[in-house]
Amino acid sequence: MTQPIANCPNCGAKIVFQWSSSVQTVCTYCKSILVRTDVDLKKVGQVADLPPDSSPIQINTEGIYHNKAFVVGGRILYEYEQGGWNEWHIVMNDGASAWLSDAQDEYAISFAATGQSLPAAAQVKVGQQFNWNNQTYMVTVITEAHYKGVEGELPFQYWDKTDVVFVDLRSQSGRFATLDYSDEQPALYLGEFFEFDDLKFKNLRQFEGWS
Amino acid sequence: MSSGTPPLPGSTAKPQVKALNCPQCGAAITLRSFQQAVTVVCENCHSILDAKDPTLKVLQQFQAITGEIRPLIPLGSRGKFRGTDYEVIGFQRRSIESDGIRYDWHEYLLFNPYKGFRYLSEYQGHWNDVTVCKGLPEVQFKLVSNANYLGENFRHFQTADAVTGYVIGEFPWQVRVGERIAVTDYVHPPRVLSCEQAAGETSWSLGEYTYGNEIWKAFNLPGQAPQPVGVFENQPAPTTINLKQVWMTFIMLAVFLVGLMAVMDIASSKEAVYSASYQLPPGPQKGEASFVTDVFELKGRTSNVQIQTSANVSNSWIYVDYALINQDSGRAWDFGREVSFYSGYDSDGSWTEGSRKDTVIVPSVPAGHYYLRIEPEADARHPAINYSISVRRDVPVFGFYGWALLGLFLPVLYVTLKSIGFERSRWAESDHPILQTESD
Repeated sequence: MTQPIANCPNCGAKIVFQWSSSVQTVCTYCKSILVRTDVDLKKVGQVADLPPDSSPIQINTEGIYHNKAFVVGGRILYEYEQGGWNEWHIVMNDGASAWLSDAQDEYAISFAATGQSLPAAAQVKVGQQFNWNNQTYMVTVITEAHYKGVEGELPFQYWDKTDVVFVDLRSQSGRFATLDYSDEQPALYLGEFFEFDDLKFKNLRQFEGWS
Repeated sequence: MSSGTPPLPGSTAKPQVKALNCPQCGAAITLRSFQQAVTVVCENCHSILDAKDPTLKVLQQFQAITGEIRPLIPLGSRGKFRGTDYEVIGFQRRSIESDGIRYDWHEYLLFNPYKGFRYLSEYQGHWNDVTVCKGLPEVQFKLVSNANYLGENFRHFQTADAVTGYVIGEFPWQVRVGERIAVTDYVHPPRVLSCEQAAGETSWSLGEYTYGNEIWKAFNLPGQAPQPVGVFENQPAPTTINLKQVWMTFIMLAVFLVGLMAVMDIASSKEAVYSASYQLPPGPQKGEASFVTDVFELKGRTSNVQIQTSANVSNSWIYVDYALINQDSGRAWDFGREVSFYSGYDSDGSWTEGSRKDTVIVPSVPAGHYYLRIEPEADARHPAINYSISVRRDVPVFGFYGWALLGLFLPVLYVTLKSIGFERSRWAESDHPILQTESD
């Protein structure tokens, strides 16, 4: 795995990609959103300060997913009327890219699932059932979320969003699915819930008064 | 993974407990769950505030008599509950109404910044440790609807509208006083599966019956946990005994006992050794009444001897004084037997008392030559009484087995009745009160 080094086109700070497949990163000094091109880095935007949040996860938090070590490389932060949640971009030790979602300390890990036929956002209703990979999922909640910002490395460009629709589905066995309508083409993520202790986190954030 | 971790970017400041003031009354407001809080309620003036708004906009204010409800676990209490440190950050009272009676229960919201939220609910001293379900339970609508969660079956207990009547502290969702949510409980003691439905959103949680003293210990609360009142929907039966198993064991032992009896019966020779018939002439006794029988032989091993006396008594009695005498050693066993039989007719119909037969067992009689000395006696004005005696050796005795069976059965009956009573109390509060038992 290479770790390409470049400089921020905005402030000149050294930019280190932890992961060679990263497409986008945020300069930790000037908060410029940088997108990789064939030759160099291009500044596409600027991140406003992320609203304070209280996820115990942070960039470089490590964990174990089914005996595979992973490290947190970046995140997308969303808000909705009942609070906010993070989609942490994690990279497995075999190079696979996945998402660790953390909504009010409920943890789930999911992978992008391709090649499935997906409904349009307007067609989806709560209680509807879908079948993907021989597993039945039921729509439990449809959330209109507001994109609040990004941090760190992401496997795709994601920076010019406003309101996004998410459809959450659950199975009877504790698996879950998310339909992401951020882009024109819906995206499907399939995964499962975990107890905090199951993921054997290291390098977590500290909370005042809690050890 | 990576050795030298680079300096952490951006928002690395430790989240801290925020101290704010209520925009309504100025009282201090603490946000204990950092940025997780969505609503926070002023303990002083009962204003429900928008915790996401830096100015803490007032969303609702509700009337409550100060000190109307005192949470048993004060807000801000810290404790180690089931291996995790938790802080109590929110408290609400919810109630359902049934037949015009309001039933209140209390919910405590626990928070740990890593593990998230957990709830403790309390109803009249009955506690539940509640967590949100990650999987989706399956509801089956049969005669009575059931729910299945991760392979466990729960029976429908009750569906009712729960109304929030009082809130203090903070919550990671929008709370309002007066909010009405349809709550359905399915039970499989000691667990309860609850479904809450409001405005297109369904949420499931799983509760486990918890004893107050565990909570008192965890949060270091003063005094004793209040004694629970009555039987709660998912309270485990006090007998940890599985009734099915108890009955299986009982049946197995009973079958074993009957088997033993059969073996004893087969093994006993029941050998008839002597029998004779006599007549006691009517009227008062004249001279010496006693006589002796012929000599008979008891063979084989030392065994019991059964002597049966039959007499054609009717509203009269005969008393026979026996002595079983060993001809060789002169050793004697003395015993008296009475045969009496009465019958008649009264306002309740006909009745009888006594029996025309009497049986007695003389235990452990060695082999040898024996005879009986017999001395009959009867009422002075008796008619002629015909009576006969028969002697058998080595007969099975079942009395002990009967007592053993009864000794086994009584505790089984006791736990069964207790369990039926407990289940009846449990389901009496449900939508499906039961008349007969439903064992697990």
